[in-house]
Parts: sequence; C-alpha cells; structure tokens
Amino acid sequence: MLAVNFLLLGAVLFCIGVFGVLARRNAVMVLMSVELILNAVNLNLVAFALMHGNVDGQVFALYVIAVAAAEVGVGLAMVLLVYRNRRSIALDELSEMHG
Amino acid sequence: MIGLVAQVGDWPTPVVDWHALAPELVLIAGINLVLATDLLLEEGRKWATATLTGFVLLGAFVPVVTLAVIGGDVRALFDGRYVIDDFALILKALFLLTGYVVVLMSQTELEEGGYYQGEFYVLLLCSVLGMVMMTSSRDLVSVFIALELLSIPAYMLAAWRKRDRKSNEAGVKFYLLGVFASAVLLYGMSLLYGATGSTRFDEIAASLASGDLIGLQIVGITFVIAGFAFKVSAVPFHTWAPDTYEGAPTPVTAFLSVASKAAGFVALVLVIFTAFPTADGVYGPLVWVLAALTMTVGNVIALRQTNIVRMLAYSSVSQGGFILMPLAFVNSGDAAEPALKAVVVYLLVYGFTNLGAFAVVIAVARKTRSGAITSFGGLISYAPGLTVLMTLFLASLAGIPPLGGWIAKFNAFKAVLDAGSGSGYALAVVGAVNTAIAAAYYLRVMREMWMNDPPDGDRAPIVTPAPVATALGITAAGTVVLGIVPGLVLRFADLQDLTGALGG
Repeated sequence: MLAVNFLLLGAVLFCIGVFGVLARRNAVMVLMSVELILNAVNLNLVAFALMHGNVDGQVFALYVIAVAAAEVGVGLAMVLLVYRNRRSIALDELSEMHG
Repeated sequence: MIGLVAQVGDWPTPVVDWHALAPELVLIAGINLVLATDLLLEEGRKWATATLTGFVLLGAFVPVVTLAVIGGDVRALFDGRYVIDDFALILKALFLLTGYVVVLMSQTELEEGGYYQGEFYVLLLCSVLGMVMMTSSRDLVSVFIALELLSIPAYMLAAWRKRDRKSNEAGVKFYLLGVFASAVLLYGMSLLYGATGSTRFDEIAASLASGDLIGLQIVGITFVIAGFAFKVSAVPFHTWAPDTYEGAPTPVTAFLSVASKAAGFVALVLVIFTAFPTADGVYGPLVWVLAALTMTVGNVIALRQTNIVRMLAYSSVSQGGFILMPLAFVNSGDAAEPALKAVVVYLLVYGFTNLGAFAVVIAVARKTRSGAITSFGGLISYAPGLTVLMTLFLASLAGIPPLGGWIAKFNAFKAVLDAGSGSGYALAVVGAVNTAIAAAYYLRVMREMWMNDPPDGDRAPIVTPAPVATALGITAAGTVVLGIVPGLVLRFADLQDLTGALGG
C-alpha cells in the first residue's frame, strides 16, 4: 500500500533528525534536525489522512507547519543572542553551570 | 480528496458558548491591551503594565468563578474537543492565580533591572493563556497548540537577561530540549492518529479499547508520554531543569517550576485519563519507572547542592515524581478517582508552596546578592518573618503535618495503595524512603537559617517590597489553609466528570 512507503520515509526522516539532534554540536544544525523530525510528522499526518479518508490529519499538519515556523523564529533569535555574547554557537561550550 | 474538502466545505457554524470561553477571551483581550499600553507609555511609567497585567489575570478569574458557581452540566464545545468541566475550572483558577503571584514577584526585579517590562508581561500572559487552554483541550491538535503557546513564550522568558551568559544558556538549553521533546511528542501523536483514525481523545480511547493494542499504538503512546515527561522534567528528561532554573531570572524560575510543570501534568492527566485509560499495559510500567527514577535521582542530587535555586530545582524534580506516582495506576481496581484527586490536590498545594519558597529566595537575594545556601545563615537574627515563612514552605515541601504538603503526599500515597497491587506497594515504599531523604536537605536550609551566624556578620534588616510581601502572604495563606482545612480542597477535587465519563 502507498501509505506504507510514506510511513517508511517518515520513519527514516525521524531517525536522521534524532541522530542530528543528539550528535551535532552546532546549534543551527540541531534546529535543522528538529525541522526534519517535524517534516516526518507532517508526512505521517498527511499519509494517514489519505489512508483514513478524513481531513483531520491535514489540518493537524497545517498547524504543525505554522507552529514550527514560530518555534524556529524564537530559536534563531536565541542562537543570535548567544552568538553576540560568546562569538560561537557550539553547544558544548555552553557550560557555565554545573552540578 | 477534492470530494472530501467539498464535503467539509458545507460545515455548519459551531455553536459557541461565549460564557465558557470567557476566561480565554479576557486573556486574549488583555494581551493586546497590555501590548498597546506598553507602546504608548513612556519609559518612566512602564510599571503600569504590571498593574494592568494583574488586573487582566484577576479579570479572567471572574468568569472562572461564575462558571464554577453556576455549575451544572459539562460544557463541551467544538464536538467535545474543548471541554469546560470541574477539572478544567480548578486548574484554570490555579494557573491564573500562579500567574498573578508571578507578576507580583517579578514587578520589583524588572523595574530595578530596567528589563523590557511590557514585553515580559505580554509573554507571561501568552504563556498563561496556553496553560488555561490546556486544561480544556480534549483533542491532540488543541493539546499541541496549548503546549506550544505556553512553551514558546517561556523559552524567551528564560533567556530574559539578554547580556547575561547564564541566562542565555538557560534559554538555549530549555529551548533546544523543549523543541526536541515536542517534535518527539508530535511524532507520537501522528502515529496515534494513524492507528486510531481520530484526533479526539474520546474516539482515540474508544479505538484503543476495542481490541488488542497494535505496535503503532504502543510506539505512539510511549512517545507521547516521553514528550510530556520532558515538560514535567521527569528523570531521565530532567537535564534541562537545573541549568534553566539557575540561569533564568528567579521569578521566571518560579513560574517554570510551578505553572509550566503543572501544565505538563495537566496534559499527562488528560491523555492518560481520557485518551488511553485502557492502555495501562503500556503507560503503567512507563510511568512507574519514571516516577521512581524522578523521586530518587532528584532527591539524591538535591542533597549535595550548595545553591538554593539549584536545590529547589532538584527538589521540584523530585516532587514531580510524587505527582507522577498515582498516574501509574489509573486503570487498576478503583484507583482512578483517588489518582485524579491526588494529582489535582498535589498540584494546588505544590503551586502555593513552591511559589512561596521562591518568593522568599527573591526577597533574601535582594540583600545578599547571592544564591548560596550559606547566604541564608543567621536569617532569623535579622529577618524573622522571612525565616518563619521559609521554614513553613520547606516544611510543607517535606510533607510535615499540618501543612499543605502533608495532605498532598497523603493523598498520593493513598491513591497508590488503593490500587492494591504489588507494584503499587513497591512504589509506595520507594516514595516513603524518598520522603525521608528529602527531609534532610530541607532541614539543612532550616538549620542554616535558625542555628548559624550570618556569613559576613551583616545584620541589617531586609526590606521586602510590597508586591513580594503580598505574594508571600497569598502563598503562605494557601499553604497553611490547605493543610489545616484539607476538606476545602478535597471537596473541590471531587471530580466526577472526568472519571465519570470513563465509567471509572
């Protein structure tokens, strides 16, 4: 069935995204990896909507796209903030606090 | 597909119950009002935004009270996707009150620091709006929107001190782990939607109860629980909490550790009670392990903290474990109702107590300019009032009768024992051991305050600003009253609606 192919693609995207979040030390790359996961979600939702023959999934996907844009807006602002203060966006250098 | 869209095209306009939506509408109007006022005010008068925000929150409180007084049937809007019942009303009241106390606590700090006051309160109100919406959401989409509405402003609040590296770090850590968790949560939600064919909680519940669980559903449920576990900073998803709590401005820390955490628990309660109550084979063991780990790890690390905010951060992690505890046994025996009651009571008591503890920390830090636990040394000799209040809050957190924390813990243990299963008794033992461990680090702060001398010999009295004093009054009254008259809160927490709907 067609939906299975979409789901497989979604699962692969999800795994790449999770790997990116865990392995990357550049904040922008981590943000992009999160976007990959969100796109996997959107693919899943649209494929399932097609499978079930209702539009709930498509509506959900629209919301996810909108919210993801808002999220990334805040995220990039925050990365910029860190860059201005430290001249670096490497996440492993963010360690002012311990314990 | 085109046929589907056309079919949806002639949908009837939903009947909107404006009274039921009034708290949210007041908040939305208030957000715009505060934003516009901030634009018009000159720099010297920005304090007015704080007052206005306070009034907005109290204004939103009015319809919550009228809805509660009128009572009657559960008000369901939009096909039961947005529901106003007793559960929702109690927690809406909690979130609005928490927001109000946080405004009181942040007022002086923001004025003195010259931070962006108007923007701060707008974002705070947005976050409170998200929490208020969360309590009524009964659909995957609305839970997701509410979660993001409450989280995104909170990320910005955590990074509020723009030029402070610690605050930057707090914000970035909170943000990155937060978006990752909501992405995982969304992936779980997409699988749940796929496996059940609906985003409505009641339809998901019906679909899950109709047969054996399939793999897709199990993975979906696990991911959803894991996503919310981040929000409530349950171990092993707690790593952001101590750093964010320490780096963020203290009033924001209070807000995150009480309101944001409570919202996470509300979401967990909603999905567990209304979306997958029968799938306890999946979430039961998961929540059991999360609860046991959260209590133990939070406590053990709290023991060796030297910074008061960090200690309170780990203490709030471990308190989260006690709130999670009853949720593992929602579907066993007749534990559903006591479990719901225990969670709601715990959230109310914990909200008052923890906010109070942070208010004392703010008041003391104004003088000592330090976060070290040793800076509380000899507090009794120059600030007896604050010492007594802090002792009260810490004793309540430790669960000493007759304070609120005791009632909360008692209910949580009762709910777990009501389940009457071996795993229930085991979790109760873990909880009991942890209560004893927790007392150790709360008592350490008390000893510091009552027994030791001030570290620098400075005994000048502390001047508590009026708003912080008001916040202290509200939280202290809540902590004591809930402890002495538990009937008050227990009656409010008689939630037939949510459990009644499940036949539980």
